[in-house]
Amino acid sequence: MYAFDFVKPATLSDAVAAMEQEGAQALAGGQTLLPTMKQRLNAPDILISLNGIAELRGVRREEDALVIGAATTHTEVARDAAADYPGLAALAGQIGDPSVRNRGTLGGSVANNDPSACYPAAVLGSGATIATSKREIAADDFFQGMFATALDDDELITAIRFPIPHKAAYAKFHQPASRFALTGAFVANFGDGVRVAITGASEEGVFRWTEAEAALSDNFDAAALDGLTLPAKGMIGDLHGTPEYRAHLVAVMTRRAVAAAR
Amino acid sequence: MPKDGIGASTKRREDVRFLTGNGRYTDDINLRGQAYVHFLRSDVAHGRIRAIDTSAAEEMPGVIRIFTAEDFAHAGGLPCGWQVTDKHGQPMQEPKHPILAEGKVRHVGDPICAVVAETLEQARDAAEEIELDIEELPAVIDMRKALEDGATKVHDDLNSNLCYDWGFVEENKEAVDKAFSEAAHVVSVDLVNNRLCANPMEARVAIGDYDPWNDQHTLYTTSQNPHVIRLLMGAFVLSLPEHKLRIVAPDVGGGFGSKIYHYAEEAFCTHAAKILKQPVKWTSTRSEAFISDAHARDHVSKIELALDKDHNFTAIRSTTLANMGAYLSTFAPSIPTWLHGTLMAGPYKTPLIYVNVKAVFTNTVAVDAYRGAGRPEATFQLERVIDKAARELGVDGVELRRKNFIKPDEFPYQTPVALEYDSGNFHATMDKMLELSDYANLDARVQESRENGKLRGFGISQYIEACGIAPSNLVGQLGARAGLYETATVRVNATGSISVLTGCHSHGQGHETSFPQIVADMIGIDASQIDLVHGDTANTPMGMGTYGSRSVAVGGSALVKATNKIIDKAKKIAAHLLEAAPEDIELKDGKFSVAGTDKSVDWAGVTLAAYVPHNYPLEDLEPGLEETAFYDPNNFTFPSGCYGCEVEIDPETGKVDIVAFTAADDFGTVINPMIVEGQVHGGLAQGIGQALTEHCVYDENGQLLTGSFMDYTMPRADDLPVFKVDHSCATPCTHNPLGAKGCGEAGAIGSPPAVVNAVIDALHRAGHTHVQHIDMPVTPARVWAAMNTK
Repeated sequence: MYAFDFVKPATLSDAVAAMEQEGAQALAGGQTLLPTMKQRLNAPDILISLNGIAELRGVRREEDALVIGAATTHTEVARDAAADYPGLAALAGQIGDPSVRNRGTLGGSVANNDPSACYPAAVLGSGATIATSKREIAADDFFQGMFATALDDDELITAIRFPIPHKAAYAKFHQPASRFALTGAFVANFGDGVRVAITGASEEGVFRWTEAEAALSDNFDAAALDGLTLPAKGMIGDLHGTPEYRAHLVAVMTRRAVAAAR
Repeated sequence: MPKDGIGASTKRREDVRFLTGNGRYTDDINLRGQAYVHFLRSDVAHGRIRAIDTSAAEEMPGVIRIFTAEDFAHAGGLPCGWQVTDKHGQPMQEPKHPILAEGKVRHVGDPICAVVAETLEQARDAAEEIELDIEELPAVIDMRKALEDGATKVHDDLNSNLCYDWGFVEENKEAVDKAFSEAAHVVSVDLVNNRLCANPMEARVAIGDYDPWNDQHTLYTTSQNPHVIRLLMGAFVLSLPEHKLRIVAPDVGGGFGSKIYHYAEEAFCTHAAKILKQPVKWTSTRSEAFISDAHARDHVSKIELALDKDHNFTAIRSTTLANMGAYLSTFAPSIPTWLHGTLMAGPYKTPLIYVNVKAVFTNTVAVDAYRGAGRPEATFQLERVIDKAARELGVDGVELRRKNFIKPDEFPYQTPVALEYDSGNFHATMDKMLELSDYANLDARVQESRENGKLRGFGISQYIEACGIAPSNLVGQLGARAGLYETATVRVNATGSISVLTGCHSHGQGHETSFPQIVADMIGIDASQIDLVHGDTANTPMGMGTYGSRSVAVGGSALVKATNKIIDKAKKIAAHLLEAAPEDIELKDGKFSVAGTDKSVDWAGVTLAAYVPHNYPLEDLEPGLEETAFYDPNNFTFPSGCYGCEVEIDPETGKVDIVAFTAADDFGTVINPMIVEGQVHGGLAQGIGQALTEHCVYDENGQLLTGSFMDYTMPRADDLPVFKVDHSCATPCTHNPLGAKGCGEAGAIGSPPAVVNAVIDALHRAGHTHVQHIDMPVTPARVWAAMNTK
């Protein structure tokens, strides 16, 4: 790790101001950032910790949506979203291990947009809205490829508003070493339409499987997916799985998510 | 009988300090004024060092000195402890292994410069300012390509990348070939024994210290064998006599073989501490461990089995390419040869065996022993080919094995590959495993799984291994450059308490509990009166350390010898005190009595007399009660057993779940059954890890793709079932005083083929009969690909 300055603001406005400094980097749990800093692969000048800002934390119900503060940990989401949005809570409860879940945050994960992370699938699959220090961004516009998002460098996610579907579930197949998603499918049935978001599989990061959405919107049953496949082209190929394997797993995990949806 | 004697499941006394965070590991040691070293390591697999410019780095804050190979021109290379002779009678090719890279870098991670600074961060900062001019050379990674004519050489001064071409038994080769040409059936499997990284929980650490007023060097290090490090580093690398060199290996957090070897960082810290007149500390990061700890296995093999028309095994032919990596680690050459070829008979009566091993240099980290060391590779080959033979011949694998077993009344049994098995009962462990795993009702469980959309299968593996290494004169003939005896000193104190000093080293094995149990049992006193001292060359007798499941079989036998000397002397003292003849003295439950009388003296009465010899036969007997014994075994010990693995495969994803695993082992006499079960559990976890998850993968340029736990898959608790473990089918070792055989490696030796056999069985039962073999690790992606590739 290189030397850096550390700031822990108590309010969002202080954090936003701090982010305007040269070399500032938000620390939102740090479960990806800190290991890369330890390996000297990342060297921010100033870390702006977000976990002392009360207004960025917590899960609250607002009509037909669940609004979750960006600095809410995975453990808190797993616990506090369980009654209103069990599919989302279950996803949060499967991320990493207890120490990751006690540190890692929703906003940190979504801002990082790791192509194998779980949360982007829930955000995109729910058709959520990402509120930031500057504006509101629809999930469909937010994720822009591996590790790329619509966020400006000095822009902070403040909260994410998840519309609550009638039924939803996340089915995740582990990358065996990291236990990130080798392929994960988030399926949400809103009654007037179904959204299917896939993580871990594509070289472009999280994406919506629109053919599956159409089929499931007509008939929300795993059988509706019979015969539907994705091409292997554009899927990730690495030590843990070929593009063909991942394309296959997309269909398997989507079927399982549909079957598990509640 | 003392309550904590031989056979008692005494709880591990050392666990209290380990589990409460009060262990004292090498990294917990900080010496006054210590400096920190960071090694600048090669990031290319193969390259010629054209220039190293440290001038800017030397100006960085806190830098004390930067070392390069020139600073070690006077020092020897890291020695190899075993010389293998090839099939033409020529010694193996043995390159120099410098402490810091000389002229060339030969693997990613090869240390080039050592930066010593006041803090670790300063050392790392300075290392970034070193300018390296390295001409990258083609990397030699694939063993087959490494042996092609005209291949780039890892070592310019060697003839080729071939370390040795070993034939065993070379004289048998023609007869074996003839047996194959005449066989009714020939079955073969081409397979890979996957490359692994041991990854003990505690990474390596070394601290060098030097006391100029006594000219005394001390090295604190994470070692399984401090005396071996003292001998190798003192005699061959730094020219330091033993009495000026002390090695301390305090609590060590797991070794699994990877901490046997003498590493460059140890020699560096020892030497630098003297040059700099201050202690020098190095603590490996996990990332460094992946590219500097010795790796394991990495064999590419063909195994062939010949059978007659009645399915008797008539010959075995095994051909292996064994990866040595870029340099020869301490025991590397012996692993694919004497710890592998000699096990190729397994528990079977195969009259003719020929083993050929070509050891190959590549631009990868050195490969050496890891839990099992050669024996897992041999067992894997045998149990895979026998499994395939049963399938091809349409016979039951259980029956095919039973038919070819060495029978219980045929011991001692001389194999055609040099070993003489002293004892065993393979039929008994097979029967026990089948009983405990409810093999009889397997078909019903397969059907039940099928109804749930899962493919269930069962795999068997019957192993025998050679451990308790080993007779010194024998291993000397085989090329070992060290003896393999073990020592014990039993130091009885005046009030009767005892310190046992051993050359063995405990790094997870529970010696602090089990060694006292042996003495407690023999004398009849409570084990709590006995402590074990180990891990420091300054206060323990010269011993060869802990590996190869040798501690109880060899070190425990030395302890029995030393304790018998103590008892003999104590009886003489008791005889004097009781005014009787020594031969009339009986020792029972810690009390000496005169046979046939009620006259007695207790243990503490005798020990006090030994140290306060007022009423004592001083003319015949020295005062005091302390004895040392060296024990050199007559033979290897031969643990054996039968493992059964039951798996369920998810056909949609290819994921393998181990739903049950049964181990029926014959370890001979067991000192502490609870510790033995724990050792089996750990061994099984590592064997299953090899079979299902672990794999060191290099790309064609020699970059390690699995350099962190994000890509190297350690087995986790939820990958493993509740194990059924049994060691009731015991046939004691016939040649050591305890009858103990050793249990540390068995789990890792016997389990991989059981897992793979189970996967193949599940696939065949489900009609995927085109799948003949899947290489380890049997990952979901590989299983799915095998099922869907015809």
